[in-house]
Amino acid sequence: MAELTRWYQPSEDARMLSPADLPQPIPLPVAATPPIVRSAFCRIAGLSLAALARLVSGSSVRWIASQPDTCQRIYFANHTSHLDALLIWASLPQPVRELTRPVAAKDYWSRGFVRRWLAEQVFDALLIDRTDIKVHQSPVDLMLREIGTTQSLIVFPEGSRSVSEEIGEFKSGLYYLAKKRPDIELLPVHIDNLNRVLPRGEFLPVPLLSCISFGPPLWLERGEAKLDFLARARLAVLALKE
Amino acid sequence: MNDVNRTIALIAGVLLLLAVATAVGQFLKRHPDRGLDAAAVRTFNLRLRGWWIMCTVLAAAFWLGTTATVMLFGFVSFWALREFITLTPTRKGDHRALFWVFFLFTPLHYLLVGLNRYDIFSVFLPVYATLFVLTRVAIAGDYKRFLERTAKIQAGLVVCVYCLSFAPALLQIPIVGPQPIGSDANFRLLFFLIVLVQFADCMQYVWSRMLGRRLVAPAVSSNRTWEGLLGSATSTALLAAVLWWAAPPFQPWQAALAGLVVAIMGFAGGMTMSAIKRDRGVKDYGTLVVGHGGVLDRIDSICFAAPVFYHIALFVTDGGAIRPS
Repeated sequence: MAELTRWYQPSEDARMLSPADLPQPIPLPVAATPPIVRSAFCRIAGLSLAALARLVSGSSVRWIASQPDTCQRIYFANHTSHLDALLIWASLPQPVRELTRPVAAKDYWSRGFVRRWLAEQVFDALLIDRTDIKVHQSPVDLMLREIGTTQSLIVFPEGSRSVSEEIGEFKSGLYYLAKKRPDIELLPVHIDNLNRVLPRGEFLPVPLLSCISFGPPLWLERGEAKLDFLARARLAVLALKE
Repeated sequence: MNDVNRTIALIAGVLLLLAVATAVGQFLKRHPDRGLDAAAVRTFNLRLRGWWIMCTVLAAAFWLGTTATVMLFGFVSFWALREFITLTPTRKGDHRALFWVFFLFTPLHYLLVGLNRYDIFSVFLPVYATLFVLTRVAIAGDYKRFLERTAKIQAGLVVCVYCLSFAPALLQIPIVGPQPIGSDANFRLLFFLIVLVQFADCMQYVWSRMLGRRLVAPAVSSNRTWEGLLGSATSTALLAAVLWWAAPPFQPWQAALAGLVVAIMGFAGGMTMSAIKRDRGVKDYGTLVVGHGGVLDRIDSICFAAPVFYHIALFVTDGGAIRPS
């Protein structure tokens, strides 16, 4: 029975339910995270940054065979620009955005007052220490502990921004997230043209038009091998290109 | 007819035409059994909606004054350039040049147009922006396909920004002509140009469908024919002659000539944009990024017609001495 619940796959109907109604396959190793209380100023800063990002990147948002929802999700996307996380966050409707936290590199985002304030107060980012990864404190466990049973995450499984136009191979973190929390929807996101708006190493944007596509959710199949799953997830992102 | 009455007559005439066209369009939509192509009716209705929006926005800008109109065209240029460059592959080495093109050269050019500095704005983009783009891309250190890349940026600037800016620049030429000149004269001239361009586009389509036989360039455009061009040029010239009273500097024959040129230039703009779109494998700029109306699709003819019309008007009004302000 334990094995059965562990591999529970939400059906089409199950996705209509709220996360709380889903059977929880693994006892979560955590105490509930306190709800984030952000000051009005930070909220306004967040709203205006989201609006600015959408204006500059001229982004259009497509939902392909999926709908915005407040259920727990992990949005995984190709990484091409500094604006990626901000723009995915900005593309979500306000109630969903409130529950969604980008995962970002601690070494970059905790440097300097402004960046730290943006990451911690405005976007409520989940900062991961890339330099100090321990076995008993893996980033995946940290992420799962932080999001509890309500929040969603934005991750970039390529690890770092791809230099070329191609989408790189996915790192295994996404697989472990899916394995430890099989009830969470994994939503592929494709970001198009944003690397031309703000390429690597530039800080002034060129206001071209970009497109964010959200695809249909996927889950880890029973017994699916790690590499197969990662390849399938990567193809799901690639499939949104057209 | 005094000056204000002319303006009212022009606007009322256009509104009446649009209203009749809308009624016809809706009638055809409700009665699909008239033997007309459903896709053609849909295109017609979509176009009509575009014209209503264009009319409303233009009327609002006119009501707010010259500065507002120049700014409005500035925003349209900015958006068109955005679509143009999005469609054109650029490399990372072009990034800095593009940033200045968007945020410095385009606004500054429209500022010069607003200040009526023809002596500077007529060379600002074709000369100074070109020199800048060449230099900036060279400094960026990526020499691959250098000429091709700089030419793309330059073409975008000239078509989307420079050429289009001659339309609001019409608001500032000093008009001397056979008609009584009032404050609305320049606005009527701009309105006259836009009506002619849209009418020419429309006639091109109608004549091509009615007796189009010989395609101008089948590989580039599958619906632009020599018959369409000839028909559109003739009908536009006729309309211009009929509307001559609305365009202050012109005698009827001059208005007809302007109409003829406008129709030919509009055709040139459409062909050019078709060629670019064919090369990039898209049907129209609107589908380039889902959810964005293709601004460039709507303004390609105006872009090509505006500078020529501007200089004709200037020449007629100033007796050949091209010396505005």
